[in-house]
Amino acid sequence: MPGPDLQRCEDCGSAILARRLLCPVCGSRRLAVERSCGDGVVYSTTTVHARDGAYNVALVDLAEGVRVMSAVVGVAPDDVRIGMRVRARDDGERIVFHAG
Amino acid sequence: MPADPLRGAVAIAGVGESRLGEVGPGVTPLDLVAEATAAALEDAGLRKADVDALFTASAYYGLPAINVGEHLGIRPRYSDSTNLGGASPVSHLLHAAAAVTAGLCDVALIVYASTQRSDGGRLRSVVEEDPREAPYRPRYPVSMFALAAARHMHEFGTTREHLAEVAVAARAWARLTPKAFARDPLSVDDVLASRMVSSPLTVRDCCLVTDGGGAVLVTSTQRARSLRRPAAVLLGAGEAHWHRAIAQMPDVTTTAAVDSGARAFAMAGVGPADVGVAQLYDAFTINPILFLEDLGFCPKGDGGPFVAGGAIAPGGRLAVNTNGGGLSYTHPGMYGIFLLVEAVRQLRGEAGERQQAGVEVALAHGNGGALSAQATALLGTEATL
Repeated sequence: MPGPDLQRCEDCGSAILARRLLCPVCGSRRLAVERSCGDGVVYSTTTVHARDGAYNVALVDLAEGVRVMSAVVGVAPDDVRIGMRVRARDDGERIVFHAG
Repeated sequence: MPADPLRGAVAIAGVGESRLGEVGPGVTPLDLVAEATAAALEDAGLRKADVDALFTASAYYGLPAINVGEHLGIRPRYSDSTNLGGASPVSHLLHAAAAVTAGLCDVALIVYASTQRSDGGRLRSVVEEDPREAPYRPRYPVSMFALAAARHMHEFGTTREHLAEVAVAARAWARLTPKAFARDPLSVDDVLASRMVSSPLTVRDCCLVTDGGGAVLVTSTQRARSLRRPAAVLLGAGEAHWHRAIAQMPDVTTTAAVDSGARAFAMAGVGPADVGVAQLYDAFTINPILFLEDLGFCPKGDGGPFVAGGAIAPGGRLAVNTNGGGLSYTHPGMYGIFLLVEAVRQLRGEAGERQQAGVEVALAHGNGGALSAQATALLGTEATL
C-alpha cells in the first residue's frame, strides 16, 4: 500500500513532503512527484488523552527519508514503540500506519 | 577578535508587569499593555513621550504595533512586530539593540500582554491549522513537545522523574515569589500522578494559562546610566529557527538554541560557566532540559541527570527560572517578556527571597512555536562591560 505523496529533487536527490516549488535543500525547481512505498519506522510517539478516549499520534520516518506526522493504529496507543516498523494504509480519510 | 559593536551598546533601563493571574471580564490585552508600560516607565524614570520605538507581538491583534501605538498614544519612528511566538520579546531585544545602535530610535518599548485565562482558558493563538497534521488531532502545542520528550527519553534514558524535577524546581522558586500564580507544594510524585495530557507529559508538565503583561524599556547604555535604576546591559543576543512543523524538525532532541545560544555567547564573550541565573522558557518540562543541553550547560543527552536531585531548584547548582517560570509564575500565551523582567531583577539584586547572590550575568532564552524559534540574550551588570 503506497504512502503519502512526496517529491524528489532531480538535482540533489532529496525527498521532501509534497508540495513545494523550490527544493528546501538546494533551491532547485526540478521537483518530480513520487509516491512513498509506505514502509516506515516510528521516530516518536505520544498518546493523546481526549474526552472521547486516548489515541496515538506518531512521527514516522518513511523509507524514502521523509518524516511525517501520522497515527499508528491496530495496537493500543501506549503500545506503539519508537523503532517499530510500520506500513501505510489509507483508512478512507487519511493515511495511517499499521505495525509490521 | 574585535568586540561586536552591539556588545554593551544598549541596556534595559526599566521593567514592569501588569496585574498577573486572572484579571476577570472586561479587561483587554491593551489594558494590560498599558499597565505594564506604566510600570516600566515608572521603574526607569522615563516618560511616555520619551518612547520612540515599539516592539510587540500578539495573539490578539493582527497589526499589534499599530494597536499598541494608538492605545498608548505613542507615535513611534521605529516599529517591529516580529512574531516568533513566545521567543518574540527576546528577539525584539536584539532588534531594538540594532535599531538604537543605528540611531533609528532612542527609547524602545518591548511590550506584550494577554487575557487568555479570563477569555476562557484555552491557548489563544493566531497559528494556522496545518493540513499535514490536522487529520491526526495532535493537541497543539503540547503533543509536539511530547513527541520531543518521548524521543529524548528513548535516545538518552531521560525519565518522567527528570521531567517532573523541572516542574518541582519551578514550584519551589514560585514559593519564594509572592506574585507567582501557583504556590502550593508540589512533589515529583504529584507530577507523576497528575492527569496525562499527551504522554509522557501530564498537566503538571505543562505551563499555566494566565492573564498578564510585561514591558521592557531599552535605550543606549550611556543614557541608561543617567536613569533611575542600575542598567542591565545587553552583552549578547542571537536568534535562530529551522522549522515550523515538528515533523520538519531535523532532530527533535536538538533545537535551534544551538545556534541562537552560540551567537549570543560569541557576541557577549562569555560562556555558560559565567551565567549566574538562567531564565529558560519552560512551556513544558522538556524545554529547560533541551535548552540546558543546547546552550552548553551540559552535553547533549545529559539534561535529565543535570536537573535531577533539585539541581535547578533553590540551592541547586544552577538557578533556573528563579520566579517559577511559565510552569508556576505566569504564562499568558507567550512567556518571553517575563524572562527578561526576571533576568533584570536578578541582576539588580531586587528579587527578594529568591535573589541569587552576586549575579553578574543573566541568560534569558525564549522559545516559540513547536520548538521552532529560539532567541537567547545575555544581560550583565556594569561590571561585566
